[in-house]
Amino acid sequence: MVGSPLNVIGILMALITVAALLIWVERRMLAVWQDRLGPNRLGPLGLLQVVADMIKILSKEDWVPPFADRPIFVLAPTVVMVTALVAFAVVPVAPGIGIIDLSFSLLYFLALASLSVYSLILAGYASNSKYALYGSLRAAAQTLSYEVFMGLSLMGVVMLAGTFDLRAIVEAQREQWFVVPQFLGFLLFLVASVAESHRGPFDLPEAENELVAGFHVEYSGMKFGMFFVGEYIGITLGSAMIVTLFFGGWLGPAWLPPVVWFMLKTLLFILLFILMRGSLPRPRYDQLMAFGWKVLLPLSLLNILVTGGVVLWR
Amino acid sequence: MLSTAMNSGAVEAVPRTGTAVAELENRFGTGAFRFQATFDGIPTLWLPKERLQEALRFLKYELDRPFAMLFDLTAMDERLRRHRLGLPESDFTVIYHLLSLERNEHLRLKVALSENQLAVPSIARLWPNANWYEREAYDMFGIRFEGHPHLRRILMPPTWRGHPLRKDHPARATEMGPYTLPPQKEETEQQALRFVPEDWGMKRYSENSDFLFLNLGPNHPSVHGVFRVALQLDGEEIVDAVPDIGYHHRAAEKMGERQSWHTYIPYTDRVDYLGGSLNNLPYVMALEKMAGIEVPERAQTIRVMISEFYRINNHLLFYGTFAQDLGQLSPVFYMFSDREKVFEIIEGVTGGRLHSSFFRIGGTVLDLPEGWDRKVTEFCDYFLPRLDHYDKMVMANSILQRRTKGIGVYSTQEALDWGATGPGLRATGLAYDYRKARPYSGYENFEFEVPTGKHGDCYDRCAVRVEEMRQSVRIIRQCVAHMPSGPYKADHPLTTPPFKPRTMHDIETLIQHFLNVSWGPVMPAGETFACVEATKGLNGYYLTSDGGPISYRTRIRTPSFPHLQMIPMMCRGLMVADLIAILGSIDFVMADVDR
Repeated sequence: MVGSPLNVIGILMALITVAALLIWVERRMLAVWQDRLGPNRLGPLGLLQVVADMIKILSKEDWVPPFADRPIFVLAPTVVMVTALVAFAVVPVAPGIGIIDLSFSLLYFLALASLSVYSLILAGYASNSKYALYGSLRAAAQTLSYEVFMGLSLMGVVMLAGTFDLRAIVEAQREQWFVVPQFLGFLLFLVASVAESHRGPFDLPEAENELVAGFHVEYSGMKFGMFFVGEYIGITLGSAMIVTLFFGGWLGPAWLPPVVWFMLKTLLFILLFILMRGSLPRPRYDQLMAFGWKVLLPLSLLNILVTGGVVLWR
Repeated sequence: MLSTAMNSGAVEAVPRTGTAVAELENRFGTGAFRFQATFDGIPTLWLPKERLQEALRFLKYELDRPFAMLFDLTAMDERLRRHRLGLPESDFTVIYHLLSLERNEHLRLKVALSENQLAVPSIARLWPNANWYEREAYDMFGIRFEGHPHLRRILMPPTWRGHPLRKDHPARATEMGPYTLPPQKEETEQQALRFVPEDWGMKRYSENSDFLFLNLGPNHPSVHGVFRVALQLDGEEIVDAVPDIGYHHRAAEKMGERQSWHTYIPYTDRVDYLGGSLNNLPYVMALEKMAGIEVPERAQTIRVMISEFYRINNHLLFYGTFAQDLGQLSPVFYMFSDREKVFEIIEGVTGGRLHSSFFRIGGTVLDLPEGWDRKVTEFCDYFLPRLDHYDKMVMANSILQRRTKGIGVYSTQEALDWGATGPGLRATGLAYDYRKARPYSGYENFEFEVPTGKHGDCYDRCAVRVEEMRQSVRIIRQCVAHMPSGPYKADHPLTTPPFKPRTMHDIETLIQHFLNVSWGPVMPAGETFACVEATKGLNGYYLTSDGGPISYRTRIRTPSFPHLQMIPMMCRGLMVADLIAILGSIDFVMADVDR
């Protein structure tokens, strides 16, 4: 049953575990692609590295810089984690598995996805440091620009399915996954969700080579860890949404249970996120903005126009 | 031996018609200059300081085929120098080293100063790169440059007392009192570290905005070492940038006055620490000129091969970190794997890796090991396809091209004005490579091209280096094909360490050997200079011997020092991210700047 306590706890636990495991997955996969080994010493295949990282990060001193705005500084990292977790509530994992079903669940997801940027802005502002400030300014501008067409890129899917309900959207893909008629929409959403999760190559708010660590330059210990885990939950959320909207969610041949299909597809896109980080250089801040406003926004408007025309014509 | 060897190998600079020296005499009259004989054959003239600016202006602007580049500017404390036969009275000498690419000539001008009047007119208006050189000479010797726009210490902290390269300044901690840090001193030091924009020549406000000052470095992931740039920002746009160097200063020149000629070789490795033994080359070549040693062909070819391997190694590191500075995570890992293969070969030949100190006065440490040619050929076969692969991965990437094309541009003229050499100069379209222009160590026997760029931007600087690696492989292949046989070290009493076989047969040779190993060789008194196309540009050693086993003055002209000075010019009006691309494209290491 959707929304049963077992479901809620199960999904939450699974998410947190996946986010933690992603630390290992990312390090190992990057290493494989870069002709290295990565963490391989602790436990089978180095899997216990996750545990070691957790112990390290939890046992670090809980330090707040004396010049920081203390309450906001402490609050900021929790925002990114909470919004990503709460947004996941509407993801339809499989028939009967999920936390909540809303008739406007897609809008709910978009609303919460845009909230997460507050975490970055507040962190940068509260740190009272120049590098952090630049990071948060970049985050604000980037999110504002890319949010616009993130929503717009999904309208094609909504038009085809005729609903904002994610479960219904998945059901509508029984005949054909939406990636086929909405390929442009898929590409746009993929770019937007990388930008929203502030991952490479769109990691401008933390751009190590320019801003050292950007908005979280003053953070350490578990507060830093929360940004980290928040980022991984964000990736998982983004991948899950791509799968739900364009790749038929849990749908798949019957020789695997639906929930496994959903997880496999999601994992595939998580790996794609990591591969992108490993292979692409970072555009400059103004180039990123120009790309968003001058290329991606017109494209997503065009996508709506064409899809709308086709839907009306049929 | 000391007195008889005095200036024996020195070449007298005789003014001939058409030469720069003759032109100078035409203009200023015979007798305006005094000539000094040196081992390197570079015309060396002494002139009174009143004539200095006039003469330099003539050489830069009025002479046909002018001396466009201020190659080096330094000074020397002459107060303890004993062998000064025929030289004008001088306590401190300021030395101007000019380079004319069109004439393919060096020229050295010297100005004598007395201890109680330590001032010369500044030439920072003639050559912009004189700014830092004069600050360095002020910092190290206390010589004032009148009319200098910003005469402050550059390498030493502002609170430092004394001028380190003066002969009366201690060279090691044991010559000084124990270090203490009483609260008052701590307070003064702290105050000196406070950032005051006005001290750096920057304004806090403009008509319509308050500027933000960003301190980039000395510990920042993208400054490649301990380098600091103070940025004056309007939003993310750079209004002005002021580089601050000296955090990596290790007194390499002062060490030269303490180590014997031989034991200084390992120090040279560490000047451009990515260049390894390539750094030994100008130093040992300068000494060989001084001692009159003919280096056997085999030794020369081994030196060329090892140098080219170090060049590949340096350029690979540059390539990877350049991509990384632009946010591309992976290339640096592939390139480090390739560097490991280069190190395997270097280790097989020399026994060392980063700093193998493989060159010796008169040759190399060892002969090549058995089977070296197979290893080297294997590497060449492996490496070229890898480079093609990297072209697709890095150079062809459109995001990277957008980040680097048209960014950090300077023209050939600007490059010459600022003293830029190496790939940074060639990226502007001028094919000036010291290996071609004035071949040394047998480079004239090799076939290779000098790659150039067109636009002088970050992308071209990288592209030039990538092509240089291909040319290095070409040179290395020729080394394998044509390695001469014969000895790997010259048979000369001043080579280090000297050959041993005959020592057990006669006592004179034994004594000679014993002294050469324990004291080190005694070089004839005089001055010499040698320069090579190092990994980052022209690297030269200007050595002064006072007829002893130790250098009287060791001047290291490094390429990175003038390159860093260009940063403000290159990045004004661009964004912070562009500055990172520019820093990456210069390819500097701080040890090469601060020495």
